[in-house]
Amino acid sequence: MTPFLYERATDAQTALALGSRDGARYLAGGTNLVDLMRETIERPEILVDVAGLFDQIEDTDEGSLRIGAGVKNTGLAADRRVRERFPMLSQAILAGASAQIRNVATVGGNLLQRTRCGYFYDDAARCNKREASAGCDAVEGFNRNHAILGASKACVATHPSDMAVALAALDAVVNIESQDGHRSIPLVDFHVLPGETPQIETVLRRGELIAGVTVAPNGIAARSRYRKVRDRASYAFALISVAAGLEMDGGVIKDVRIALGGVAHKPWRAIIAEAALKGGPPTRAAFEEAAEAELAAARGLRDNAFKIELARRVIVDTLSKLADQGVR
Amino acid sequence: MPILQDALQAVMKKAIALAPDSFIPGGKPDPLIRHKHGLIGASVNRIDGPLKVSGQATFAAEFPMQNMVYAALKYSTIARGRIVDIDTSAAESALGVVLVMTYRNAPRLKPMPPFMSQPKAAGGDDVPIMQDDQIHWNGQPVALVLAGTQEEADHAQSLIRVTYEAGADGVTSLAKAKANGSEPGLFQGEPLKLEIKDAEAMLAAAPHKVDVRYTTPRHNHNPIELHAATLYWEGDRLRIHDTVQAVAHEAWTLAHVFDIPEEHVRVTSPYVGGGFGSKTLWQHQVLAAAASRLAGRPVRVMLSREGVFRIVGGRTITEQRVAIGAQEDGSFDALIHTGTVAMTPHNNMPEPFILPARSAYASKSFLLDVETVKMNMTANTFMRAPGEAVGTFGLECAIDELAHAMGMDPIELRLKNEPEKDPTTGLPFSQRGVDQAWKDGRERFGWDKRKAPGALRDGDWLVGMGCATGTYPYYRMPGGAARLTLSREGRATVGIAAHEMGMGTSTAQTQIAAERLGLPMEAITFNYADTDLPGIVLAGGSQQTAAIGAAVIAAHHKLVEELLKLAGNDSPLAGLKPDEVGGLDGGLCALEDESRCESYASILSRAQQDKVTVEAEAPMPLELQHWSMHSHSALFCEVRVNTVTGEVRVSRFLGSFDCGRIINAKTAASQFRGGIIMGLGLALMEESQFDERTGRIMNPSLAEYHVPVHLDVPEIDVMWTDEPDPHTPMGARGVGEIGITGVGAAVANAIFNATGKRVRDLPITLDRLL
Repeated sequence: MTPFLYERATDAQTALALGSRDGARYLAGGTNLVDLMRETIERPEILVDVAGLFDQIEDTDEGSLRIGAGVKNTGLAADRRVRERFPMLSQAILAGASAQIRNVATVGGNLLQRTRCGYFYDDAARCNKREASAGCDAVEGFNRNHAILGASKACVATHPSDMAVALAALDAVVNIESQDGHRSIPLVDFHVLPGETPQIETVLRRGELIAGVTVAPNGIAARSRYRKVRDRASYAFALISVAAGLEMDGGVIKDVRIALGGVAHKPWRAIIAEAALKGGPPTRAAFEEAAEAELAAARGLRDNAFKIELARRVIVDTLSKLADQGVR
Repeated sequence: MPILQDALQAVMKKAIALAPDSFIPGGKPDPLIRHKHGLIGASVNRIDGPLKVSGQATFAAEFPMQNMVYAALKYSTIARGRIVDIDTSAAESALGVVLVMTYRNAPRLKPMPPFMSQPKAAGGDDVPIMQDDQIHWNGQPVALVLAGTQEEADHAQSLIRVTYEAGADGVTSLAKAKANGSEPGLFQGEPLKLEIKDAEAMLAAAPHKVDVRYTTPRHNHNPIELHAATLYWEGDRLRIHDTVQAVAHEAWTLAHVFDIPEEHVRVTSPYVGGGFGSKTLWQHQVLAAAASRLAGRPVRVMLSREGVFRIVGGRTITEQRVAIGAQEDGSFDALIHTGTVAMTPHNNMPEPFILPARSAYASKSFLLDVETVKMNMTANTFMRAPGEAVGTFGLECAIDELAHAMGMDPIELRLKNEPEKDPTTGLPFSQRGVDQAWKDGRERFGWDKRKAPGALRDGDWLVGMGCATGTYPYYRMPGGAARLTLSREGRATVGIAAHEMGMGTSTAQTQIAAERLGLPMEAITFNYADTDLPGIVLAGGSQQTAAIGAAVIAAHHKLVEELLKLAGNDSPLAGLKPDEVGGLDGGLCALEDESRCESYASILSRAQQDKVTVEAEAPMPLELQHWSMHSHSALFCEVRVNTVTGEVRVSRFLGSFDCGRIINAKTAASQFRGGIIMGLGLALMEESQFDERTGRIMNPSLAEYHVPVHLDVPEIDVMWTDEPDPHTPMGARGVGEIGITGVGAAVANAIFNATGKRVRDLPITLDRLL
């Protein structure tokens, strides 16, 4: 670990002032950042500890739920409002990490966690995220956990979050604070694809601090599910995950949400599949066609080509089961 | 409160005769075998359990020392070549740094003699240790930093800049290694090659046959306790608190490396947080000792988890061919098990995967062969049941394939080929109850409910059952010796340089000593893992129970002789010979007349002695030359395979074991279960990602190197025949390694039964079932 300056911010204004300096990074749960610092992959000069800030879950006047960035994963997953109105969010969080990690990991930190690509984690390897134009050793190396959608020659890494996949499906909005004021970005636009600049992972600007996410009410809660497929039963990143929800109106799909995890540099909202399904019947054939359309652009690497078929199967199966189930 | 339940204590006791001093033909079995109601076989809690759960057991990295500094290692990032430049200036000026050691300033050291090259050799490899600019594998230590705190040492290490020049002779791909040619493997001095008749011709002529290839990947050791040592020098005497499963071997090897007398190295290792074959001598202990000498300070070295992946060897990759030819009735005409393993130019550990095939089944012909190829990688080493763990995968899957092809029950096919004597050596079996293990297991598991492949479905899940035989030999290595001290207060101390790695050795040996001496467990102190104690006892090959047992028997003989001498003519024991007395109720009694007794306290008081101490060596393990000695298991597995995702969940597992007499039901069951859990990992998830472009392991952490978590492990049922082996101490054979053997095949065979898909490459990840 490289030596750094540690400062504790007791209010948002102080945090923003401290965090806008060169070399400063915000520290929340630290479950990913501190790991990376130990490996000297991350070398911040200043850590501004924001623990305790934005740690509330509040109802808004519009009927939305505003979730503070400092809310712990465990608290969010257990919140009654979340379990009732957005059950897939609770499921997604509980499918991730371990109980110990969830007890300290926060919402903001979860969104900003970095890829678990082995070549990113090892400074003996080439990685364009760590060093611009260094090259990528994952493209032709161990890439079982890597991207099948939206990757570039420069980077084939995936975003590791489960929670963010559910938030993508739920049309969550990320609330961002800075010394200049605040702005809100849809979660699906918060993370970016790697392109030629894989070191840039979100639209967050220097000094900006995530205050939280807002989730608006929807009609899918009764038919929704987060399904994660991984190499062991617990404590493993998703090979494929699907956050899916259906709202039916008679025999027609009124609303459908599909987001995929483990497939791309960001939580992948399956807008092609959704568009194909909306207003149509909830048949297995329709789900298969929609999944095929979404995955038409998917490309497999040495070790991960199976994910294309796996994603297709999990999308179709999850939607079919949601369509078949009685509404709670 | 007594360790054992009162009910057991209440059973009438009889004096137990002394055990024979050897186990060769014509001898009698250990009388402890016939002793059914005592401590042997009871379910006794671990003596060290309360210490461990309350944090009072001191592990190697927890010994406090005055003026101590912490070590951090820097590892190479190329597999072969040389160091062109190594810039240590920033590290040297970093906060808290005491020493930066590289090949330029390291003291002259001899290479470690590698395991099996000499009786007490314990080196993982014989690469020069920081002596020159040469790099032999990706991850080789190139610098060591000593600093006032671990964090300072770690940081300074990260400031060292090394420039390398890649060597043209590096080999990091298996294909290239094979192209360079192979050599027959040598294991324990013998070639891993065996031919009986013309197996290829008999295979070709057989009416039924399978001829298939299996692969198993590299595995890395991940004991929960990281490799660590705390050490210091006093003049040219080295003191090490280590976590190790071979104290005597380590001391001898370090003495050789530092060119000092063997008795100048003292190694202790009171607690080991898991070993599995990995807790031996690797570069970190040598480098820490060298740096301690340069700095004149005590040193603590604890590898990071990544460090364990970089410098501690694991199980190597295997490619296996198994071919079996059978008659209409299933009897084998030909058994062929051949293949290739990778090792390095600097060690000699040809993963001996053919060992199970040498004794498990009768066959009219055999062709067994392990070929080795050389790669630049961390020297591979022993990992729980080296050879058998992966060899049983190929062999036991092939038998399942043959049974399916012939329409035979796989258990019946195995029993059909049950040999009457060792099929390749012709020796009689010392004891063999695998048929009983199968019979007991199939009933308990409900094997008759097994369906045809793919026939049983529960919702999205296909359900299947599989079985396999596990097998592991009985070993007892030369070198066992023990010290036995009996005090006037009726307390006994057993001292032997053996090891407790969490498996229950100290508890089991306390039970045995108590039983032999006729003392309660509370009166026994078992001292171990200290080079000041007698014995050269490797905690390996599942041999400790027998090795310690034989040494204690020898010491017990001497003790009783000594006591009878001290008892003299005024004792009720007067005139009796050692084989006419036994231990009972804190003293000695005549076997034929239990009214003729005298307590240890009385004998020693009358002799005006506070204590009597004896030391004796175990006899040579000649029993191994007279019998074929093997443990077996019958393993049953039920899996569920998801039809959508290919996810595999093991839903039930039963291990039915035949391992001789079980000494401690509780710790033995834990050994069996632990081995089976490790086998589930081998079957379904464990794999070191060795990047063949660079020779670098790309998943050096427990987040990415998958072992089973609790949710992956079903309730595991274990049972055992408890049939004593008349030719071993206590009638026991080891239980440490047998548990993992056969598990990979049992899981793979269950997956075949569930899905109809045969996966021949481990680990069986879900993509292989899509």
